[in-house]
Amino acid sequence: MSENKNLIEGATGAWEVVLGLEVHAQVMSQAKLFSSAPTKFGAEQNVQVSLVDAAMPGMLPVINEECVRQAVRTGLGIKAQINLRSVFDRKNYFYPDLPQGYQISQFKYPIVGEGEIEIDLADGSVKRVGVERLHLEQDAGKSIHDQHPSLSFVDLNRSGVALMEIVSKPDMRSSEEAQAYVKKLRAILRYLGTCDGNMEEGSMRADVNVSVRRPGEPLGTRCEIKNVNSIRFIGQAIEYEARRQIDVLEDGGEIAQETRLFDPRAGETRSMRSKEEAHDYRYFPDPDLLPLVLQQEMVDALAADLPELPDDKRARFVREYGLSPYDAGVLVSEKVSADFFEEVATGRDPKLASNWVTGDFFGALNKAGLSIETSPVSARQLGELIGLISDNTISGRIAKEVFEIMFETGDDPAKIVEEKGLRQVTDLGAIEQVIDEVIAANPDKVAEVKEKPKLIGWFVGQVMKASGGKANPQSVNELLSKKLEL
Amino acid sequence: MTDLTKLTIADARKGLAAGEFTAVELTQAHVNAAEAASKLNSYVTLTPEKALAMAKHSDEKLSNGTAGPLEGIPLGIKDLFCTEGVRTTACSNILDDFTPTYESTVTAQLWRDGAVMIGKLNNDEFAMGSSNETSRFGPVINPWKASGDEADLVPGGSSGGSSAAVAAHLALGATATDTGGSIRQPAAFTGTVGLKPTYGRCSRWGIVAFASSLDQAGPITRSVRDAAIMLGSMAGHDVKDTTSVDIAVPDYEAALTGDIRGLKVGIPKEYRVDGMPAEIEKLWTDGIDWLKSAGAEIVDVSLPHTKYALPAYYIVAPAEASSNLARYDGVRYGLRVPGKDITDMYEKTRAAGFGDEVRRRILIGTYVLSAGYYDAYYIKAQKIRTLIAQDFAEAYKKVDVLLTPTAPSPAFAVGAKTDDPLSMYLNDVFTVPVNLAGLPGISLPAGLSAEGLPLGLQLIGRTFDEETLLRAAGVLEEAAGFTAEPSTWWRA
Repeated sequence: MSENKNLIEGATGAWEVVLGLEVHAQVMSQAKLFSSAPTKFGAEQNVQVSLVDAAMPGMLPVINEECVRQAVRTGLGIKAQINLRSVFDRKNYFYPDLPQGYQISQFKYPIVGEGEIEIDLADGSVKRVGVERLHLEQDAGKSIHDQHPSLSFVDLNRSGVALMEIVSKPDMRSSEEAQAYVKKLRAILRYLGTCDGNMEEGSMRADVNVSVRRPGEPLGTRCEIKNVNSIRFIGQAIEYEARRQIDVLEDGGEIAQETRLFDPRAGETRSMRSKEEAHDYRYFPDPDLLPLVLQQEMVDALAADLPELPDDKRARFVREYGLSPYDAGVLVSEKVSADFFEEVATGRDPKLASNWVTGDFFGALNKAGLSIETSPVSARQLGELIGLISDNTISGRIAKEVFEIMFETGDDPAKIVEEKGLRQVTDLGAIEQVIDEVIAANPDKVAEVKEKPKLIGWFVGQVMKASGGKANPQSVNELLSKKLEL
Repeated sequence: MTDLTKLTIADARKGLAAGEFTAVELTQAHVNAAEAASKLNSYVTLTPEKALAMAKHSDEKLSNGTAGPLEGIPLGIKDLFCTEGVRTTACSNILDDFTPTYESTVTAQLWRDGAVMIGKLNNDEFAMGSSNETSRFGPVINPWKASGDEADLVPGGSSGGSSAAVAAHLALGATATDTGGSIRQPAAFTGTVGLKPTYGRCSRWGIVAFASSLDQAGPITRSVRDAAIMLGSMAGHDVKDTTSVDIAVPDYEAALTGDIRGLKVGIPKEYRVDGMPAEIEKLWTDGIDWLKSAGAEIVDVSLPHTKYALPAYYIVAPAEASSNLARYDGVRYGLRVPGKDITDMYEKTRAAGFGDEVRRRILIGTYVLSAGYYDAYYIKAQKIRTLIAQDFAEAYKKVDVLLTPTAPSPAFAVGAKTDDPLSMYLNDVFTVPVNLAGLPGISLPAGLSAEGLPLGLQLIGRTFDEETLLRAAGVLEEAAGFTAEPSTWWRA
């Protein structure tokens, strides 16, 4: 393992933070893991509940094969071992939003074994994070505590929805790495279409295992921070928790293995339950379900059908479009931006397209608080704008003006150029006329430029200004050099 | 008119088809009999209006030529089967007056085929018991009494309501479930036929679960043919139960050829347990002789792990039950006893809702699944289960069916074993291995004890070979010629 550059300085020396993540990702599927009830987000309470989800007497789970395929796709997407035989277990505990009194999960024999995810770090480096396993399990319902002074209500819409629990190895060493891991995992899931990755809707959330140690020493005692539901909070929770543990250790204390909660308002983690209070879940194979046996042919067919994933797409963008690895990385980090870019770049100069998408376009979206999905400028329109630059209809500078108008009005670039008369002047006679006027008006500068040829830039500026920015800058340069005899 | 309750299903079917009586008349006779038998406590819910409405519908179908294979046949349904719109309690307080909005697959298939529901039958709470004394509705009383003795006897369990109702002619047949002997042992105690099919033969969907890997529905009837008829309607693959098996349902009645020449019948030596009453020993020998005379070949076999079956069963079944019964928590349906917080509510509800035997098994099950004990108990029990299945598989290389006694004793007195769970559990010593191995088994009445109580013999078959099992049972039934009937002391 490479040297850790992310050590945290304590009062008594440097510490290393060790992180492992358990990400719960809701499987994209029409129906729940073991019932045919729908899974749409935001439905009225308790309307997406089957007899199975409510655990009525005599009800039996039946595996939803689409959820199985989604788990296999995800496993293939993280280059993981697909286990052709896996087993569903019951995890037993009492809670009002857990109707069966147990969660059906996979304990000993998960559907997906070891895999890995490459994460991209700010310094341009790439790190491999191991995945321990991925298993399928049921989500619980939701307890609602603020509707009645003394009673809690239960909404079972989520009860039985399929989750993938994706467990990383303790391979991450900083909050940045943990955040990059979640971002990359989310991108892969979205590319695969196996989870929508919407953390604000709860379709993806993470349990973060944090421990600290002196560099080179064995692993320290870990604390698990439960259910962190945004990438920002993951960073905050780790920073806080690592510092807390270092403070405890430097004060001569010991870390108690426990489950903690992150409070985003206070920006701190708080103890939830200790190891002694931990449940005994009494896992055992669910006798209502036979072991899940997959055929290799089915796995092969899913593998053959897998979409292009971020790493491959980035490599292709570098190879096919000549983009820098960094720009390509930015574009592929979200499937929508990669798709948007490719539409813009089709038939255009790809580097120019990349600069426009990652520069002005993302900048404008950010400023306006919009996303690609809600953007007033479509990929087709941005592509047309780039076309207008490439065929010299407008200059790059004018294009920025046009883009601003496009972003405001949603109009096509050609229409804006026509209406505002922004078409670039390529008529050499017209440019010559402006140049002659500028030369005639500035005899002193003409004298100076003979001594200092760099002053030609001043002349270019004057000509461009006089032409309202519409003169073709290249023509201006050439003609000026000739006229000034440089 | 003859007493319609004396008929078998096969006879009644003939009589209905010939128009000798109507389904309404047949049903009314059974409703009357059931209403006059409250002393037996076999029904916990009678549904006479529903029964007569169903019978009327059957008469229409009989007259217009669209009758199903069970058209107009009045049946009792064990209260473990969820019945749409009819209270279903598993005879537990925890289910209170739970009324399902759905129908179990097995009963739905019976109604599809024309059967008529007389009512819901008593059973041990959640099917946990061997004497039908753990029911919230009180014990079922066996229609049989020992000669010269007025003491109430148990009908066996857990399907004691089913066995008593069929023995007392309160239904032509009944549904039952068998997790460790709950069809066969009550059948043996009441002089009826009890068939536990192969695990996976009947859907478990809509049957209140006790131990999912062992539970199997089957019929209790007064003849082997009737059991074959009922099984034909109850069996079949169900996409809602992934442990049900997708193989065609054969014509079980057609299997009753009466010819077992060349059939190899195994006699497992390990079933000759210490302290087995001589009369049961003799019954077993009689059975061997009858089958031999009918042309079967008798083969001594060994099932060496038999003695571990009961301990393994009392780990696996409670383990599954402890988890299956977790859903009865007072949150969504059934009983709720309010508490000061959620934990208090759970504790009060479950304390009030579950009886002693159910609580005992939840405790045992929770214990054997606990961290630190799981390997020593649950895993070991599962290994034993595998060995027991291998024992049978080994035996079936040499034989086609096995013959054993069904229970180590005839029916005992109500209250005799309620304080002695171990001796109660021993009742299932011959039936439990069959469940652990998932095999089909049938008990049929083969003789009377010295006190005049029915005794049963058990035949055990190969997986999904109910046909051979029924064929052998038919011959045994014929040879035994069991015609004894209890006196009708219970009639009001």
